[in-house]
Amino acid sequence: MLEIKNLHVKLEEEDKQILKGVDLKVEAGKVHAIMGPNGSGKSTLSYVLSGRDGYEVTDGSAELDGAEILELDPEERAAAGLFLAFQYPVEIPGVGNMTFLRTAVNAQRKARGEEELSSGEFLKVVREKAKSLKIDADMLKRPVNVGFSGGEKKRNEILQMAMLEPRMCILDETDSGLDVDAMKLVADGVNALRDEGRAFLVITHYQRLLDHIKPDVVHIMADGRIVKTGGPELALEVEKNGYSDILNEVA
Amino acid sequence: MGLPKIKQDATEARLSALDLPGGEGWTRAAREDALSRLQAAGLPHKRDEYWRYTDPRSLVEAEPPMAEALPEGDEGPIFGAHERLRIVFNDGQFDADASDDLSLEGIEIERLSQAAGADLHWARDLYGTLETRGQTPVARPLATLNTAFAQDGILIRVTGRPSKPVSLIYNHISDSSDVFLHHCVKVESGAELTLLENGAAAARLNTVLEVEIADTGKFHHVRAQGRDHARRAATAIFTRLGRESVFKSFTLTVNGALTRNECVIELTGDDAVAHVAGACVGDGDFHHDDTVFITHDAQNCESRQVFKKVLRNGATGVFRGKILVKKDAQKTDGYQISQSLLLDGDSQFLAKPELEIYADDVACSHGSTSGAIDEDALFYLRSRGVPEPLAQDLLVLSFLAEALAEIDDETIAEDLIARLEGWLARRRG
Repeated sequence: MLEIKNLHVKLEEEDKQILKGVDLKVEAGKVHAIMGPNGSGKSTLSYVLSGRDGYEVTDGSAELDGAEILELDPEERAAAGLFLAFQYPVEIPGVGNMTFLRTAVNAQRKARGEEELSSGEFLKVVREKAKSLKIDADMLKRPVNVGFSGGEKKRNEILQMAMLEPRMCILDETDSGLDVDAMKLVADGVNALRDEGRAFLVITHYQRLLDHIKPDVVHIMADGRIVKTGGPELALEVEKNGYSDILNEVA
Repeated sequence: MGLPKIKQDATEARLSALDLPGGEGWTRAAREDALSRLQAAGLPHKRDEYWRYTDPRSLVEAEPPMAEALPEGDEGPIFGAHERLRIVFNDGQFDADASDDLSLEGIEIERLSQAAGADLHWARDLYGTLETRGQTPVARPLATLNTAFAQDGILIRVTGRPSKPVSLIYNHISDSSDVFLHHCVKVESGAELTLLENGAAAARLNTVLEVEIADTGKFHHVRAQGRDHARRAATAIFTRLGRESVFKSFTLTVNGALTRNECVIELTGDDAVAHVAGACVGDGDFHHDDTVFITHDAQNCESRQVFKKVLRNGATGVFRGKILVKKDAQKTDGYQISQSLLLDGDSQFLAKPELEIYADDVACSHGSTSGAIDEDALFYLRSRGVPEPLAQDLLVLSFLAEALAEIDDETIAEDLIARLEGWLARRRG
C-alpha cells in the first residue's frame, strides 16, 4: 500500500538534513509502528508524507498504491486515501466541528467523482461514529478543537478518520497527552477501523499505546533512518531497555 | 479665526450645489442651525487629523463619483425571511407602495419630510441634538451637513416592545444618486427596538442615526451595507444611554469603494451597556474606515468594540477607536479589539486605538492585530481533503466569527454569514 524508498528530506529554510534514506513498506491490512528517540525524524516523516510545507525532498520516493504522492497537494493526498492524525490538532475558532467534517467528507467525495452526502445521510453516519468515540452533540457543535481537552482532541482526530475512511492512516504520537482511559478509547476507535484494505503507521515514543493497538511490524528510527525492524517483541525490548541498547547494537 | 482658504472654498463649492429642503417649523430651525455650524467648521479635508487615514475628497466634492448599482436579483435579499416592518427608500426617496403601513403597536413612526408641521416635541428635542453633542471634542462636519440637508428619514419613538423589527431598505437606482438620510430613535424607559438597515442606497450616501435611550431601554441595530462596488458612504451613529440601558450595533460591509462608519457613544447613566461591532470584506478598490468614540460618564458601565476586516488585492482598512473615561466613571469596563486579515501583501490595515482615562478604578483593554492566514490551520484543513481555496474561505469565516458572535439574534447572523459566503464563493469562481 505505502512504499517509501530511500527518502531524503531537508528543512527548506535551513541546511539541515532530517531524513537520511528511509525505506519502508506497509502492506494493506497491516499495522506498522515506528518508534524512536526524540529528534529521530518520526514526525517529519509523517508531515512529509501528508504534504506539509517547509520540507524539501532531496532524494527518494513515496508511493501510495504504486502512485507517487510527494508531488501532490495535501488535499490530493487526502483524496487518494492518506490520513494523518495530528500530534497537535489545530484549533479553528468559528468553524463548527460538524461543518468542518461535512466539508471535508464532501470535498473528498467530490475529488473522487462520488456523490456528495446529503445533510441527513451525513448526520446519521456522524452521530453513530461519534457515539462509539464518546463524542457528544456538544462537541460536534463546538468550533473545531476549541476548548477541547487533550483527550477530546485526539478522539476528534479519530472521528475524522472514521468519517473519511482513508486507506492509509498515519497516527503521529496519538498517545501523547492522554491518560489511560482516553488512550483506550482512542485505541478502540482505531481497532474498529482495522480492515484488510486499510493500513496503519503508528508513530509513538512509548510501547504502551501498542498494548492497545497491536502492531504487526515494529520499526526503530534513529537519526533519519529505520535502523531496526522486527515484530511486536521489539517494542517490548524498547520499553524494557530503552533505545540505547538497540542503537549501540546497530551502530 | 476663519477657516483656511482651501477648506472654505471646498465648503462653499459643496454648499452652492445644495438647497435647504423646504418647509417651515422646527425642522427648518434645526437645519439652519446646522448650516451655520457647518459654515463655521468647514467640511473635512485630508489634512485634518481625524481624516488622516481616509481621504474625504470624494465624500465632500459637489458631484458624487458615479457608481453603478448591481443588477437586482444578483443576490438574495438580506433579512428576507424575517418578520419585520419594511420601510423602503429608492435613492433616498420614500417608496410608499413598497413599504408596509407605518403603524405598529409599541412605536410611533413618522417621516422626517412630513414632520415639520407636526408637534413632535420628542423629535424636535432629538433631531441634531446628539449630532451637535458629538462634535466635541472632534468635529464631524459630514454629519452636520446631513442635519442641514437630509432629504428624508424616519423618526421613531419606542414606547413598548414592538412585535417585530423595523427594517430600513435602501435601494440604489441611479448611477449618480447623492443621498442624505437622517433617522432619529427615541427609546423610552423600559422600551425595546431592533432596527435593521440594508442596501447600497445610492452612489453616495450620507446617513445620520441619532438614538436616545432612556433608563432601562434597549436598542439593537444590525446593518448590512450594500455591496455595489463603486458606492461611497459616510455614516454616523450618535447615541446617548441612560441608566441600565443597552445599545448594540453591528455592521457588515461587503464591497464599496469608500465607507466611513462613525459611531459616537455617550454612557450617561450608571450600569449601561454599549456594544459596537463590525465585519467587512473588501477586494481591490475598497477603503473601509471604522471610527468610534465612546465616552464613559457614569459608573459601572460596559463598552465593547469588536472590529474585523478581511482585505485583499490592495484593499485598505482603517480603525480608530477611542475610549474616554471621565473622572467619575468608576468601575468602567471597556474592551476594544480591532483585527485585520490581510490576504496578500498589497492590502493594508491602519489602526489607532486610544484610551484616555481619568477615573482610577477601571478595567480597560485594547488590542489590534494584522495577520495573514494561519498556515497550520490551512494545512490541517487541506490534510483532511479540503481544497486550498475552500480552506482559505473557511479560515476567513473563522476570523470573522468573533465579530459575528456580537449579533444576538442567530437567524439574523446567519443571513449575514450567507452574504459573506456568497462573496467568498464568487471569488473562488
